[in-house]
Amino acid sequence: MTNIDYKIIVGLEIHVQMAAKTKMFCGCELAFAAEPNSKVCPVCLGLPGALPVMNRKAVEFAILTATALNCKVAEFTKWDRKSYYYPDLPKNYQISQYDLPIGSNGFIEIPVPGGATKKIRIRRVHLEEDAGKNIHTAGPFSQVDLNRAGTPLMEIVTEPDLNNAEEVKSLAIELQRIVRFLGVSEADMQKGHMRFEPNVNLHIKKDNNEYKTPITEVKNLNSFKALEKSVAFEARRQLDNFLETGECLQSGNKKTFGWDDIKEVTVLQREKEEAHDYRYFPDPDLVPVVVNEKWLSQINSRICELPLGMQKRFVSDYSLSDYDAGVLTSDKATADFFDSSVKAGGDAKRICNFITQTGLKIANEKGCSVAELGVEPDRLAELAKMADSGQVSATAAVTIFVEMTQSKEQPGRIAEKLNLIQKSDAGELEKIVDEVIAANPQAVEDAKSGDKKSKKAHGFLMGQVMQKTKGTANPQVVAKILASKLKI
Amino acid sequence: MSQEILKLTCRQLRDEIAKGEIKSSDAALAVFAQIEKYDGPIGAFLNTFKQDALQKAKEIDAKIAKRQNIGALAGVPIAIKDNMCTTFGTTTCASKILENFRSPYNATVIDKLLAADAVLIGKTNLDEFAMGSSTENSGLKKTVNPWDKSRVPGGSSGGSAAAVAAQMCFAALGSDTGGSIRQPASFCGVAGLKPTYGRVSRYGLVAYGSSLDQIGPLTKNTEDCALILNVIAGHDEKDSTSVDEKMSPMCDYLAGIEKSVKGLKIAVVPQLFEGADSEVVNAVKSAIDIYKKSGAEIIEIKMPHFEYSIAAYYLIATAEASSNLARYDGVHYGHRTKNAGDYIEVYTKSRAEAFGQEVKRRIMLGTYALSSGYYDAYYLKALKVRNLIRSDFTAAFGKADCIMMPTSPTTAFKIGEKTADPLQMYLSDVYTIAVNLAGVPAISIPCGFDKNNLPVGLQIISPAFAEEKLLRIARMFENQTDFHQRRPAL
Repeated sequence: MTNIDYKIIVGLEIHVQMAAKTKMFCGCELAFAAEPNSKVCPVCLGLPGALPVMNRKAVEFAILTATALNCKVAEFTKWDRKSYYYPDLPKNYQISQYDLPIGSNGFIEIPVPGGATKKIRIRRVHLEEDAGKNIHTAGPFSQVDLNRAGTPLMEIVTEPDLNNAEEVKSLAIELQRIVRFLGVSEADMQKGHMRFEPNVNLHIKKDNNEYKTPITEVKNLNSFKALEKSVAFEARRQLDNFLETGECLQSGNKKTFGWDDIKEVTVLQREKEEAHDYRYFPDPDLVPVVVNEKWLSQINSRICELPLGMQKRFVSDYSLSDYDAGVLTSDKATADFFDSSVKAGGDAKRICNFITQTGLKIANEKGCSVAELGVEPDRLAELAKMADSGQVSATAAVTIFVEMTQSKEQPGRIAEKLNLIQKSDAGELEKIVDEVIAANPQAVEDAKSGDKKSKKAHGFLMGQVMQKTKGTANPQVVAKILASKLKI
Repeated sequence: MSQEILKLTCRQLRDEIAKGEIKSSDAALAVFAQIEKYDGPIGAFLNTFKQDALQKAKEIDAKIAKRQNIGALAGVPIAIKDNMCTTFGTTTCASKILENFRSPYNATVIDKLLAADAVLIGKTNLDEFAMGSSTENSGLKKTVNPWDKSRVPGGSSGGSAAAVAAQMCFAALGSDTGGSIRQPASFCGVAGLKPTYGRVSRYGLVAYGSSLDQIGPLTKNTEDCALILNVIAGHDEKDSTSVDEKMSPMCDYLAGIEKSVKGLKIAVVPQLFEGADSEVVNAVKSAIDIYKKSGAEIIEIKMPHFEYSIAAYYLIATAEASSNLARYDGVHYGHRTKNAGDYIEVYTKSRAEAFGQEVKRRIMLGTYALSSGYYDAYYLKALKVRNLIRSDFTAAFGKADCIMMPTSPTTAFKIGEKTADPLQMYLSDVYTIAVNLAGVPAISIPCGFDKNNLPVGLQIISPAFAEEKLLRIARMFENQTDFHQRRPAL
């Protein structure tokens, strides 16, 4: 029996579509699912004589991201042409960044099981233009839609610091949160705003020797699920392949795979790393970009508290569970809404429950964020205070919350209107309890009996009181009165 | 009457039209009559727009009749080198690959000419994609020199130069990547200005060597160069490499053109005269003597890196060209092969069928220069040489207002003389190429004739953005000579 131990090594390339209004080098609008070739102009069509003009906003977004990923932001950067022929690339070169990326040598912290975090190094962050789309469904020929051609893309490359599929997924999700918090990308997976390409191999220890399996790159994954599963699959496949053939990493034996979403297997695309010569050279049509201190500080003044930091703060300052804090910080609007509501005086746990149990559900139905439901943080804080002090029941508070999304009135006023203020006056409630006791002698007897019927009978009597008060009685007060009357 | 009109310069014609003395439509008719009469053998035009031009001329005449405001080139018939995009007609670059290509947009210079009320009469022939020095590389047509129809008009703006020389237009636009305005201007005995890189928008100029290409005028004299530069120069937000006017302000190039430059210092580079024909050297030296006699100081300088300009140019320009011309692939527009088995063959066969020899040669050269493993030795090295050449110019302009030298080592050569030997052809740009590498402006003006009655061009080079002074210096010569007024017998 041989002794085998192995470690999975993964580096990730991520393409993120920037939330710019226009394309990277022309004024064409970025539109999803528009009529093919309707969002194009001479520049993104690559017509003779057309010249690119840099989208400054997209550059600012990339700088912001690079800063958030703790990168060194280049003071001087430029645009390079990457040459290859493909029908979806109208100029047959892509404008990208080669040796001077906007950001380099950074890191991202990702959550790992047990509430801890892990630092993954970022090799580079650069900007480039996307290609169009080849469509092969029309018949014995292909069609090219260039609406996407020229879309600003940010490419983020990590060092191979990821050691299992869960970490890979965690990084992807964390990055999604970050770019959304920064407002630099909608990061909508359905719209292909984030695409992943993991590079995977194994470092195997066998009989005190170390082996490295050939690196494989899985192309163009556009869901977290596909990303996680493909990495796990590749790790297993590589281990099996190693045990069977003993094949090890050599220069040039990097393979390229695709992912079959239905069979959930990786599919070999290119056996050997093609000797691609992209003939990079600086694009003479674009002037270099000088990032001076003034511009950089203007850009970085827009940086906000990042999701993981916020999540940790919610746990430490507001005593939330890591899970709840994670849910609240999945997008910035929700996180800020929660934070403001707590700062306006609401109890954190109660606000969290309002948001996670009711708010997110309504927001989902309406297709907006919790912050856009029309409930201001101070009104939500007020509602939380009413619930805490027993002025309204937990159930009534939910009703009031829902009503607040339709009305600008204060929660107290809504509670009054809907007759949801709890009756806590002992004298008044005692009268009602007495009436219920008088009307239900059997139940009273059962309740007093102390056997297994007693609990049910007790609940019945409580229910009668609530019914008589149309649900407005404070259940704690009623329970107390009932207990003293029944001497249990 | 029409022959009298044709003798006028742009400025004279524009003034006569503005005064109502000459009708714009008469000027246009005169030009088309000339084209119909002479362009058969000369072959300057790939395409003319008689109907549209006459229509436009009538509109301008109507404007003048109604005393409406008119532009700086109101009613002046102008020709355009066919590598500038126009929504009217085709934009072919004299290549079979774009033979039927129609641009959906106008180049910025075209919009500017139209806004100045110019009448655009046609598109002129060139070496395919502006690659060449004789217009013999045109994939569509042969153009000859109006001074001697057995000779080339120069290139690549050969059609534009021939059209101006043969009075088939009052001015033409050309483009200059390594001498493509100045050398044909020299061969055809007209004035040709290559402005500073960045002075005129390249938007809509079909790119050859993007870091070198610049649009400029070919005209009957320097005054007209100034007039047209006034119209076409300026920052364009569509061209990132066009110069910010806050950094180098525009000026009226025409207003002070008659003011001679006091205390003019002219640099000459004696080593450079060695490679030129003696008749060319004599004509250029006589021209410099005329400046000397009118008080200019002549300073002899060295430009130690000048001789490397052809080598550097044919790496930089071809590298850029190999990438710029990648888009002509038969997929999206232009010539597509009928014999493709798969999409790779759409590329290879379309390009093989439609590009000419010289274009293919330069694409291959440039592709090689950019290839991994060769980049540092060729492209990067060429960029370093380019910097050294720039510093030669900077040093020269520390001592003098301008540098004077021949535009071309020879006068117009015979058709077919150099087509078999590309290197000989490349050497005909020995004096012009360094100017593009340095990005500075230069003008070629006629300064004499050889024994075959072929014009010789004087090249005057000035510091970047000093076109105003450059034009004044050139105008000083015109005011003392009549070479610019001579026209070929057609």
